[in-house]
Amino acid sequence: MSFLTISHLKKSFGATTVVHDFNLNIEKGEFVSFLGPSGCGKTTVLRMVAGFETPTSGKISIGGQDVVNLKPNQRNIGMVFQAYALFPNMTVAQNVAFGLKVAKKPQAEINATVHEMLSLIKLDHLADRYPYQLSGGQQQRVALARALATKPQVLLLDEPLSALDAKIRVSLREEIRAIQRKLGITTIFVTHDQEEALSISDRIVVMYEGKAEQVGAPFEIYNQPSSRFVASFVGTLNTLDATVRDAAAGIIAIDGKDVMIGQKITNHKVGDKISLAVRPEAVSLGEATDKRETTLDGKINSVHFLGSVIRIRASLGENTVSFDTFNNPSAPPPSPGENVKVSLAAKDMLLLGQ
Amino acid sequence: MKTNRFWSWIALAFGIIYFVVPLIGTLEFSLRMRRGVYSFDAYWVILSDPRFQATFGYSIVMALVTIIVGIVLVVPTAYWVRLRLPGWRPFLEFITLLPLVIPAIVVVFGYIRLYNTSSFLPLTGSAMGTNLLLVFGYTMLALPYMYRAVDTGLGAIDIRTMTEAAESLGASRLKIMWSVILPNVLVAVLSGAFLTFAIVIGEFTMAALLNRPAFGPFLQLIGANRAYEPAALAVISFAITWVCMGLIQVVTRLNKSLAATKR
Repeated sequence: MSFLTISHLKKSFGATTVVHDFNLNIEKGEFVSFLGPSGCGKTTVLRMVAGFETPTSGKISIGGQDVVNLKPNQRNIGMVFQAYALFPNMTVAQNVAFGLKVAKKPQAEINATVHEMLSLIKLDHLADRYPYQLSGGQQQRVALARALATKPQVLLLDEPLSALDAKIRVSLREEIRAIQRKLGITTIFVTHDQEEALSISDRIVVMYEGKAEQVGAPFEIYNQPSSRFVASFVGTLNTLDATVRDAAAGIIAIDGKDVMIGQKITNHKVGDKISLAVRPEAVSLGEATDKRETTLDGKINSVHFLGSVIRIRASLGENTVSFDTFNNPSAPPPSPGENVKVSLAAKDMLLLGQ
Repeated sequence: MKTNRFWSWIALAFGIIYFVVPLIGTLEFSLRMRRGVYSFDAYWVILSDPRFQATFGYSIVMALVTIIVGIVLVVPTAYWVRLRLPGWRPFLEFITLLPLVIPAIVVVFGYIRLYNTSSFLPLTGSAMGTNLLLVFGYTMLALPYMYRAVDTGLGAIDIRTMTEAAESLGASRLKIMWSVILPNVLVAVLSGAFLTFAIVIGEFTMAALLNRPAFGPFLQLIGANRAYEPAALAVISFAITWVCMGLIQVVTRLNKSLAATKR
């Protein structure tokens, strides 16, 4: 049995249902991210796990215990908020000690745990500072230490990096993951940033309109999206319009040229218009070098030089694709308006429409 | 531009004269008790009067009790309304403004009718009961000031997230109120407390009609029977109010400078 089980969870606010029949099993020590756009219900599910929202129906159990009827202060859950939520009247050490004092731990144990937690986040030298005296990144690390000090069963992170600048976000997310691995704590991380979710999660739950669209490992979510929404939300995606030539053999026509996509096309007949998705990494400049690739005639629309990478946008008849190529100092990039050959890895194309 | 500034100075000068001249007149008159020379005799008479000490002491105790009742009533109410019932805020604001439009004499007559010795709750039947009634009356009079001060203080902090953070750490509602919310709105609470103190010290109507030995009725009694002492008492009353206002400023500035040094 899983450590944290969410079954048939539903939440309505008046006539509006924001979470529909949400099911998820999380193993002990797993790091699961809820990824989705604003308003998809990811924070609402997190808040129901924390106890700040009451489910309209459904069950949440942690370690085999049904927690739906427990108050937030009875669930032994650690939570980190986007807005840090440090207590301004307390020092860093007092903030970290707060939960331990509430639990009436002996003073010696409190001091030892505070020291241990502050060492873990490498801020033990700032124990006597107030939250005002810390940067955003430092405040969020203290909030993490405070949430971990009580040794919670589950750690909930509600967009903890959203208020930080880009560099700090990257370093802090790595730090969070390292601490989570070290402590082996079951963690749910809410984010709308796909890069964050892909880089640190064991599994990702992609949410859309209150439902879990797909649950899987980052590699699986990125490479085998189960729906059009997941394909378009996670990563950059080029959408191509095509016509079915032979459904059983998986042959389609893009810009009048036959392309074998290597999979059977179900629910479509010859002549049907379909949409295909292709990741930028499946598109390259020049003639195809592999027989599983297809070469199409294209025209360069725009070229953006980004240093080590050059971002190119090209027209393939009615379709437009965007892709990157590495900078090569001895071969200048093509110019806008130039006619070029563009090759597509047909086997990596995804049939959309589900 | 120059014309605007000229009229601004005229308006300011008029305001100062309107406010200061009667005060200077009162101060000057209070120093004339001894014929031909200025002296503090009127102040000495007042300060050594046992009734002054008794009534002033009584009003201080009543003010402190009123402040405690006000804090206990207003802080949790304003906190809960902001946290869970934000739609009720306009209603609560209206309720807390009522003491400004309902005269104290109407309220105190209502109290006497409701809580007299032949009522279901005969609070006026004993001194302690009447004191309690007076505290409730004072709390109501100070409500507009205390509520606004506390509500503004609560508006300056993210009480929802802080409450949830404390709850996730296992804290009870009482613990959150005492350890997290109250310390962070302390300056606002102190502002409300000083305003309450100033109101209670000078209040006459309720104390007089409930027949309690408060400072307000003593002021009236002296004013009706003496010449120089009432002027001295008026100056003393102004001084007490100013001290309260000054303390509000000191607390606010202290908090700001602490916050600045913390940054």
